[in-house]
Amino acid sequence: MMTHLTNSLRTGPDERGRFGDFGGRFVAETLMPLILELEDAYRVARADPLFQPELERYLKDYVGRPSPLWRAERLAATLGGARIYLKREDLNHTGAHKINSCMGQILLARRMGKTRIIAETGAGQHGVATATVCALFGLPCTIYMGALDVERQKPNVFRMKLLGAEVRPVTSGAATLKDAMNEAMRDWVANVADTYYLIGTVAGPHPYPMMVRDFQSVIGDEARAQILAAEGRLPDAAVACVGGGSNAIGLFHPFLDEPAVRLIGVEAAGRGIDTHEHAASLNRGRPGVLHGNRTYLLQTADGQIEEAHSISAGLDYPGIGPEHAWLHDARRVEYVAVTDDEALAAFQLCAQTEGIIPALETAHALAYLKTLAPTLGPEGVILVNLSGRGDKDIFTVAQHLDARL
Amino acid sequence: MSRIAGRFAALRRAGRGAFIPFIEAFDPDRATSLALLKALPGAGADLIEIGVPFSDPMADGPIIQAGGQRALKAGASLAGTLAMVRDFRAEDTATPVILMGYLNPILAYGPRRFCADAADGGVDGLIVVDLPPEEADLLAPHAEAQGIDIIRLIAPTTDDRRLPRVLAGAGGFIYYVAIVGVTGTRSAAAADLAEAIPRLRHATDLPIAIGFGIKTPEQAAEAVRLADAAVVASALIETLAETLIGGQAGPDTVTRVLAQIRAIAAAVRRARA
Repeated sequence: MMTHLTNSLRTGPDERGRFGDFGGRFVAETLMPLILELEDAYRVARADPLFQPELERYLKDYVGRPSPLWRAERLAATLGGARIYLKREDLNHTGAHKINSCMGQILLARRMGKTRIIAETGAGQHGVATATVCALFGLPCTIYMGALDVERQKPNVFRMKLLGAEVRPVTSGAATLKDAMNEAMRDWVANVADTYYLIGTVAGPHPYPMMVRDFQSVIGDEARAQILAAEGRLPDAAVACVGGGSNAIGLFHPFLDEPAVRLIGVEAAGRGIDTHEHAASLNRGRPGVLHGNRTYLLQTADGQIEEAHSISAGLDYPGIGPEHAWLHDARRVEYVAVTDDEALAAFQLCAQTEGIIPALETAHALAYLKTLAPTLGPEGVILVNLSGRGDKDIFTVAQHLDARL
Repeated sequence: MSRIAGRFAALRRAGRGAFIPFIEAFDPDRATSLALLKALPGAGADLIEIGVPFSDPMADGPIIQAGGQRALKAGASLAGTLAMVRDFRAEDTATPVILMGYLNPILAYGPRRFCADAADGGVDGLIVVDLPPEEADLLAPHAEAQGIDIIRLIAPTTDDRRLPRVLAGAGGFIYYVAIVGVTGTRSAAAADLAEAIPRLRHATDLPIAIGFGIKTPEQAAEAVRLADAAVVASALIETLAETLIGGQAGPDTVTRVLAQIRAIAAAVRRARA
């Protein structure tokens, strides 16, 4: 809901679904009436006093919220300073933050009378979370996943199938997340009457970026209270990885109006931000329109979308949520980038110092700590979103380390 | 009067409907698609729709997706598509040309400069699939300034409440999307069209074209009995794809596509006889 705090960064989007110049509703006419219907249904649900308590019950008793805030002392000691707190979204049911939004959206889909769910997935975490809530409510579910991602995230593909979902490999384009999203939108356009498209990130046409952000903001709301309890003050910095940007916006949003809290989003620099193999859409992209919204995109001079590259399937996307694009231009959030190799090193460091195997996506946020922590001094407080666990990634990591399993 | 309005007025006087074939620019290469383009009016095209290749064509099914991929591999771009239209216009100043594509290449080109160059090259109308009326202000003022029509899509999901909003600002003709789905995947149901087209006719004076789901001469004839024009796209691209050898144009690529176009054009001309 819009408020009239003119100096707040938390009031967007406007009635056109815009965050500044970004966002909007760039979809084919066939979908337009559905987008408007969804926006109405979401507004009604938010105003219904029964909706939020129902969601909270599922988040508490099924997902396991609130997730703990863990002070990572051994990790901090190796990084030469600062007090590091990990927001343990990896401990949620299904092992990542994705289920926060899936739970909210499935309750909405049921209210709308939809009887079939579709979703796209990159790393498979959103696919698993979607398949999980569909199993919980007995709804048939089809997950679109790039064929390359099917190959590199096999454990999650098997999980989705065990949960009763149909996984459709997508072979068009580079066969990764972008192509999976194209295919999910094509399915949606052909099955508008009964199907709900459960988008996994803060991208897509309005109202998805707003709605997914609202559902993910539980991360930052909890973390804010937890860090106040632990430290008696707000953190100096909050750090999260960004692909589409849902875990990052969930952590950042409750801190947007706290100028003393630095907010840092970490993009995937892949093989290097100055190569052509990365996924750093804010650092190296230009504004354009894809998947229903205007945002920063990796694209050619002619406006063709380029393939992204990241070792992490969940960050392997040439765009970013429109609210991040706006926060980037407004310079409220700093967007940095770390390479595949830096993420791999952080993946191992976190496992060995904290006994926590992070997702490769999350390892990008952790990798930036070696740059950030020494600058804040021993009393500096850093909040990191440990957005997911890394069990799904052990095969990829083993391959890169030339280890035999 | 614009070329599009003039052509529909002439056809109305002649008592027949229009046939609008679709080809993808640069599919499978520039020379072949330009040869096809130049031959279209002679084969019976009343208006021409040219697809502008895009890396992520979300409203298109596998046939047009594949055509777009071939075209991009052959070096297609928005600027290259405009140059093709310019070459066509050197020989044909009568047949209306409509570009159909997605917004991002236009944004990358710059909407104002694009509309100026398109008008200068002889483009008469634009169909931008992912630009609904809610977002049209990005392009509409520039198109209007250059006398280019923005052709609006109406879908089976567009209800009566929404219809006036979509029709406001529409130019050239109305493009009725006959199926709920992406291009080339299913056939339009005659009964649905018989209900939808009169409803639309009641709301607009613009000519109405039916597209998405028209594959055969019989379906095209049926479409112009109900509406003013029939668009055939995927069926032509499918024929083109069948003639390719190793992804390259074969000896009968142009002749086979033109033969299919002649057959559809003949059926459209006979439809109201």
